[in-house]
Amino acid sequence: MRTIPLLREREKQIFDKAGNGTFEMACDRHSLAGSVSQRACVFCGSRVVLYPIADALHLVHGPIGCAAYTWDIRGALSSGPQLHRMSFSTDLGEREVIFGGEPRLYKALCELIATYRPKAAFVYSTCIVGIIGDDVAAVCRRVAREQGIPVLPVHSEGFKGTKKDGYKAACDALFSLVGTGDITDIAAVSINILGEFNIGGEAWMIRQYYERMGVQVVSVLTGDGRVDDVRRAHGATLNVVQCSGAMTFLAEQMKERYGIPYIRASYFGIEDTAQALYDVAAHFPDDPGIRERTETLVRDEVAAVMPELRHIRGDLEGKRAAVYVGGAFKVFSLIKALRLIGMRVVLAGSQTGNADDYAHMRALCDPDTVILDDANPLELSRFVIEKQADLFIGGVKERPIAYKLGLGFCDHNHERKTPLAGFEGMLHFAKEVHLTVTSPVWALLRRTP
Amino acid sequence: MNPTPPIEEAYTLAALAPVPSASATQNACKLCAPLGASLVFKGIAGGVPLLHGSQGCSTYIRRYLISHFKEPMDIACSNFAEQTAVFGGGANLQLALENVCRQYDPALIGVATTCLSETIGDDVPMFIKTFLAATPGEPHPPIVHVSTPSYQGSHMEGFHRAVRATLGALAKGRAGAAPEQVNLLPGLLSPADLRHLKEMAAAFGLQAMVLPDYSDTLDGGQWESYQRIPAGGTPVAAIAAAGNAAATIELGHTLAAAGDTAATDLHTRCGVPALRLGLPVGIRHTDVLLQALADISGRPVPAAFQAQRGRLLDTLVDGHKHVNTVRAAVFGEEDLVAGLAAFMAEIGIHPVVCASGGASRHLAQVLHQLVPARQHAGMKILEGADFATIEEAVAAAQPDLIVGHSKGYAMARRLGIPLVRVGFPIHDRMGGPRLRHIGYEGATILFDRMANALIETRQAASPVGYTYM
Repeated sequence: MRTIPLLREREKQIFDKAGNGTFEMACDRHSLAGSVSQRACVFCGSRVVLYPIADALHLVHGPIGCAAYTWDIRGALSSGPQLHRMSFSTDLGEREVIFGGEPRLYKALCELIATYRPKAAFVYSTCIVGIIGDDVAAVCRRVAREQGIPVLPVHSEGFKGTKKDGYKAACDALFSLVGTGDITDIAAVSINILGEFNIGGEAWMIRQYYERMGVQVVSVLTGDGRVDDVRRAHGATLNVVQCSGAMTFLAEQMKERYGIPYIRASYFGIEDTAQALYDVAAHFPDDPGIRERTETLVRDEVAAVMPELRHIRGDLEGKRAAVYVGGAFKVFSLIKALRLIGMRVVLAGSQTGNADDYAHMRALCDPDTVILDDANPLELSRFVIEKQADLFIGGVKERPIAYKLGLGFCDHNHERKTPLAGFEGMLHFAKEVHLTVTSPVWALLRRTP
Repeated sequence: MNPTPPIEEAYTLAALAPVPSASATQNACKLCAPLGASLVFKGIAGGVPLLHGSQGCSTYIRRYLISHFKEPMDIACSNFAEQTAVFGGGANLQLALENVCRQYDPALIGVATTCLSETIGDDVPMFIKTFLAATPGEPHPPIVHVSTPSYQGSHMEGFHRAVRATLGALAKGRAGAAPEQVNLLPGLLSPADLRHLKEMAAAFGLQAMVLPDYSDTLDGGQWESYQRIPAGGTPVAAIAAAGNAAATIELGHTLAAAGDTAATDLHTRCGVPALRLGLPVGIRHTDVLLQALADISGRPVPAAFQAQRGRLLDTLVDGHKHVNTVRAAVFGEEDLVAGLAAFMAEIGIHPVVCASGGASRHLAQVLHQLVPARQHAGMKILEGADFATIEEAVAAAQPDLIVGHSKGYAMARRLGIPLVRVGFPIHDRMGGPRLRHIGYEGATILFDRMANALIETRQAASPVGYTYM
């Protein structure tokens, strides 16, 4: 078999040597043209962050593609309104591209707000909106005035940066809502959960942990999200930020304006979940008993899942995993979670990690683990083969790579329907890994006919 | 394994029916043009699609196609940055072409534009010329350019334009120089359908140039080792020789009503006779296709197809009471809707709602030809429709059956009407690429599935619990 060639310009974004050389990853770069990056665009970043707000109207201003490809694609659950699962587009045609799309945007907003009575509207700009000269902000202001709800432009033109810039645009829109709600009934021991999107009901599980600790959860941003909860978010004492790439922007803004400190957290794996809860408890030293309540919670939850995890570990011991997901923080958690069930990470990478992230990733991994920034299908395939991985953890775009090469796969992206966060989620995760790695189908592939 | 979501009763799917809007498209029944073009280039041997636009275009399209085909879907992108939009995409496109060549060693690169590159007015043919001129003497694969702004038409326009652009760029020759050759332009069919189409042509001793042919590239087996580009697809040499063919058969009732297509272009340039037929769904249109192949080859219809036809007729007789006078809604791409409506008409099903997100403006006229006049009054035809409009019409018509792709599931569930999944995309079931629609065998399978959906509904609704229907 010929080795898959690597592109010269990408060599500094790939670390594949065991040894003592200095570790330096080039990252935070715009993707190389023609490299077939697994990344998406600015619009995608904004859409990811705001999508779970269930009582808002999400109108995509542009031709049809961007709205069609993001229609009801995520497992972000709502306990109430389901408006976020609809796809709304101004579906711009040639006429609007020539004469401007503002009249159509105005009419679409008015009609949709009249029909669905949302609590707010987000208007996403796609690539061509600025180029055809639409003043989206002006249309939003006019509609907000006439309809009496916040109508927020999201500056998410696909080419104006990377997915991270899309996160920032979404955080800007959210920040304009924060601070407009009543906060009189909020307790001193209270938090916002940021960067948690309630995939498969994860936010519900995490919220329960905090409530059992005696911590009031003011707002989850944005899982099972409601506009009125976002408005009240400034009433919390602490912001707990997961998926740091996506929502640190908002945490920073809230720190600056409202003086609310933030800490980072991850809810993937037992270690990181426990750490997150202890960190939050430590933030409220004046609360009598919070430490004990947290310890009891962690002890009970760990005890509930450990016997089965140990059993699963027996079958997985020594297997090798490749991990390639969007954010670097998820990779850290997955490395630890996989270790807990006896597996070794032989390939680790992310779409959007920065230099610090990769240094930390390297420290967590074995010396010969391949580390990749902004990889493409050919690179992933090459190293999955070279490292003889048994399992790939990624998203929809990585799944066919795993399956074509005959290894197990676990979806850890937003399209999944299974909650993988928290203690219970760790068990779901272990079961899913077990389900795929131990399938007898792999033995059939290796048998020559 | 999953916790039951605590969703308030008032907000279950049933409460979510969309209301049509004049200015917004809600839950679109179409995709954007570059997706169709990408699919065509994935069906060419050694072909790599390259979208000239933002990174998200290729990523979203890859994700959408992977969810249906469950196959690797490498689609490159010229990856615009902010300064690209200001200064033009020439440098990015050239870098992308270079990197695609280095990584994939392709036999063809299909460059499809996007709304972004079209709106800023990029001169893509000139960029490609510059790229080729910059590296004289180096062997380059053919580079096909197709204009596919997403503000012009749906994914089907992108698909047909890519077929036309590929033949336009590569096909040469003189009609009839290769009398055993036939060009087959199938439109958007499943890989299993494409395999059947190739069997048909081969059974007449014809060498078929099927464009696109993703029957292997997007429905292949396991890999022994990594393949940069999956094996299979229409050979570039065969496309280049398409001008020598005895005839071109282009499938699709509404496409046949369009003025300028790949088949008409090949006729104009090389003199290849263009047979523009409907999709061979059902008996009569399969008869027409087989007769065309018989005429081109000078050979009779092989006995194997007579046997398939016999089994189909036998099936239709055995089950005719299950379907006669049944009312159905059908949605999807215009030509699939037309083909299915024609088949339904043959067996007594009334297509009471025929809907498409496509807006070629030929669907109504075509349906009026295909469906008996006495059913026209009860037939609601929706062109350029979204699922809000479609659901309103289906709710009003209260059909017994809905036939269409996975995106109609929410509607079918709300209305309590069985959905028979056909076409693309199939995102909520296994086997989308293996669905059969065309030929006598496809009709037999479709008939069984529609009849069984109706039987199942009756069986489930009965308090008796019959095990014998």
